[in-house]
Amino acid sequence: MEKAEPHIVVEDLTVAYASNVILHDLTFTINRGDIFIIMGGSGCGKTTVLRSMVGLLQPTRGQVLYDGLNFWSAEHEEQKNITRKFGILYQSGALWSSFTLAENIALPLQQYMDLSPGQLKKIVSLKLALVGLAGFEEYYPSEISGGMKKRAGLARAIALDPEILFFDEPSAGLDPISAHLLDELIIELRNSLGATVVVVTHELASIFAIGNNSVFLDADTKTIIAAGEPRKLLSESKDPKVINFLTRGEGRAQEVIR
Amino acid sequence: MTTAGDMQLGEKAEMTLVRLPDSTLTVRISGEWKLGRQLPQGEEFRSQIESAETVSRITFNTQAMTGWDSGLITLLLEIIEIASEMHIAVEKDGLPAGVQRILALASAVPERKDARRETGRMSFLDRVGAFAIFLWNSMLEMLDFIGEASVAFLRLLLGKAHFRPSDLLLTMQECGAQALPIVSLISILVGIILAFIGAIQLKIFGAQIYVASLVGIGMVRALAAVMTGIIMAGRTGASFAAQLGTMQVNEEIDALKTLGISPMEFLVLPRMLALFLMMPLLSLYADLMGILGGVIVGVWMLDLNFMEYSNRTRSAVSLNDLWVGLFSAAVFGVLVALAGCFRGIQCGRSAAAVGEATTSAVVTSIVSIVVAMAVITVVCNVLNI
Repeated sequence: MEKAEPHIVVEDLTVAYASNVILHDLTFTINRGDIFIIMGGSGCGKTTVLRSMVGLLQPTRGQVLYDGLNFWSAEHEEQKNITRKFGILYQSGALWSSFTLAENIALPLQQYMDLSPGQLKKIVSLKLALVGLAGFEEYYPSEISGGMKKRAGLARAIALDPEILFFDEPSAGLDPISAHLLDELIIELRNSLGATVVVVTHELASIFAIGNNSVFLDADTKTIIAAGEPRKLLSESKDPKVINFLTRGEGRAQEVIR
Repeated sequence: MTTAGDMQLGEKAEMTLVRLPDSTLTVRISGEWKLGRQLPQGEEFRSQIESAETVSRITFNTQAMTGWDSGLITLLLEIIEIASEMHIAVEKDGLPAGVQRILALASAVPERKDARRETGRMSFLDRVGAFAIFLWNSMLEMLDFIGEASVAFLRLLLGKAHFRPSDLLLTMQECGAQALPIVSLISILVGIILAFIGAIQLKIFGAQIYVASLVGIGMVRALAAVMTGIIMAGRTGASFAAQLGTMQVNEEIDALKTLGISPMEFLVLPRMLALFLMMPLLSLYADLMGILGGVIVGVWMLDLNFMEYSNRTRSAVSLNDLWVGLFSAAVFGVLVALAGCFRGIQCGRSAAAVGEATTSAVVTSIVSIVVAMAVITVVCNVLNI
C-alpha cells in the first residue's frame, strides 16, 4: 500500500430531519484509494450519511472536507467543482427511465464536456463495455434486468472518470453471483481508475470482500461505535453489537466468513 | 509521424508512431490525455498505419505521458481494433498498469451477439401497418376493459363485488366536494362569457331578456355537464391514471392479483361509482353557478331586474333539459373514470409510462366526452326530448 493520504474527512457531522437527530458527531477519515465501508443495521442512518457527504442533505453541524475543502461552507461554484469529481450509484440504479442506456451515460458527459458526437459515442460504448453491457446502448431501463440496471447505473457513475465513487447498497436486490461480480468490478475500477470508493452496505460478504476500512453506525446511540478494517473488527472488536452484526448474530466462535 | 492535441492546461497530448527495423511499430504517447481537450483520434492512426510499410507488431511507450482518462482508453481500443483487422499483434506491456486493467475489463465480457439493436427507420407502409395493428389491439384492450368493468358492476349489483367502502367515500370526497372550488370558478366564468356573447347580439334587437334563456338552457342542458366533465377529466381522470399507473410500476396491482383480489373490483369500481354518483351533483351545482354568472351580467351590465331574469330562466328551462344535463353528466362520469382507470391499469413499468398514461387518460376522456355529447344531442333531437 502507498502512504495513506486523506481524501475525505468527515468531522463532527450531525444530521437531523427537523428536530429529529438521525446521527450525531460522526468523525472519520477516508484515505485516497480506500474502499471505505459505512455499515450498520437497517435504519441506522447509513444512507443519510451518504446523502450528507454527496451534497443532498445539509448537516445541522460539522463538516465534510474533500482535499481539505469543506463542501458545506464552499461557494456554489466550488461545490459544483467538488461534485464533478463524484460518481454515485444509487440503490435502485436511478436510471432515467425515458432515456436509453446510451443517453443515460451521455448526459453527464454532455453536461461537463464538449465532446464531438463520435467521441461521445465511443466513451458511452467504453463505459458500457467496462460493466459488461456492450451492445445495450439502445435499450431502455425498463427493458433490462435489475442486475443490469445496477451495472448501467455504475457505467453512468464512472462516465466522468470520477475521483470518488459512492455506492448505496450496491448488492441490494442482486443474486449472490451478480453481487460478487459487482464487488469484483468495484475493486477493479478502484485499481484501474485509482478512485476512492465509499460503500454503504450491510451485506457481510461485500464488506469483507472489498472493504479496507470502515465505520459502524449504531441506531441506538446514533453515532459511530466502531471503526477500522472490517476483518480486524471481526476479530478484535469487543462491542457485542459489532460482533453480533459481523457474525450474523452467531457469535465469534461460529464465524461463517470465508 | 506525429499528431498533436491542442495546448491547454498541462502538456499537449501527442501520439508519435516510431518504426523499428524488426517491423515493430511503437506508439509513443506523451502529454496529458484527458477528455475535454482535442485528442488524436483512431482515424489518424488508421490512415498512418495503412500508408506505412508492413508492420507485424505494435508496442506502446508511455514514459512521457503525464495523465490519462477515458480519452486514452477509447483511442487504445480503436488501435487494438484496427490492429486486429490488419492481423497485427499488439503488446500492451508499455502501458501503465491501470490502463492495462481497464482494457482487460472492457473486453472481459464480450458483446452479446443478439444485444445490439437495429435502429433503422421503418418504411411508410410498415409504419402505417404497425399503427393500424396498434389501434386494433388498443380497441380490443379497451373493449376487454369495458367488459370486465361491466362484469364488476354486475357483481356489485349482486352484492358479490369486493372493495373497501372507505375507498369509495374517500374518492367521492376527492372528486366531489374537493372539486367544488374549481367547478364554481369555471361555471361562473362560462355563464358570464355565454351571457356576454349573447347580449351583444340580442341587444341589437332589444331582446336582452333572452340572455336568461340562452344561459339557462345552454348551461342546464349541455354546458354545465360538458365543462364539469372536462374539469373532471383534467383533475380526477388524470389522477386516477397516475395513481393506478404508479401502483402498476410498484407492482401493487400484481400483489392484489396474486392475493386473488380483482383490481377491477378493488380499484376501478369504487372510482367509477364515485364519479358516476358525483358528476350529476357537480353538474347540478355547475348549472346554478353558470346561471349565477348570467345573472351577474344581466343585472349589472344589461340593467335587467333580478326577478325578471329569474322568471325568464324558469320559464325557459324545462325539466327535460335538466334530465338531459344530469344524464349526460352521469355518462361523462363513467367515461372519465373508465378512461383514467384503463390508462392507469394499462400503464408500463416506468416513470415515463406513468406520464404517458396520464396524458392519454385526459385525451381519451375529453374526446369521449365530446363524442358522447354529440351522440346524446342527436338522440335527444330524434326523440324530441
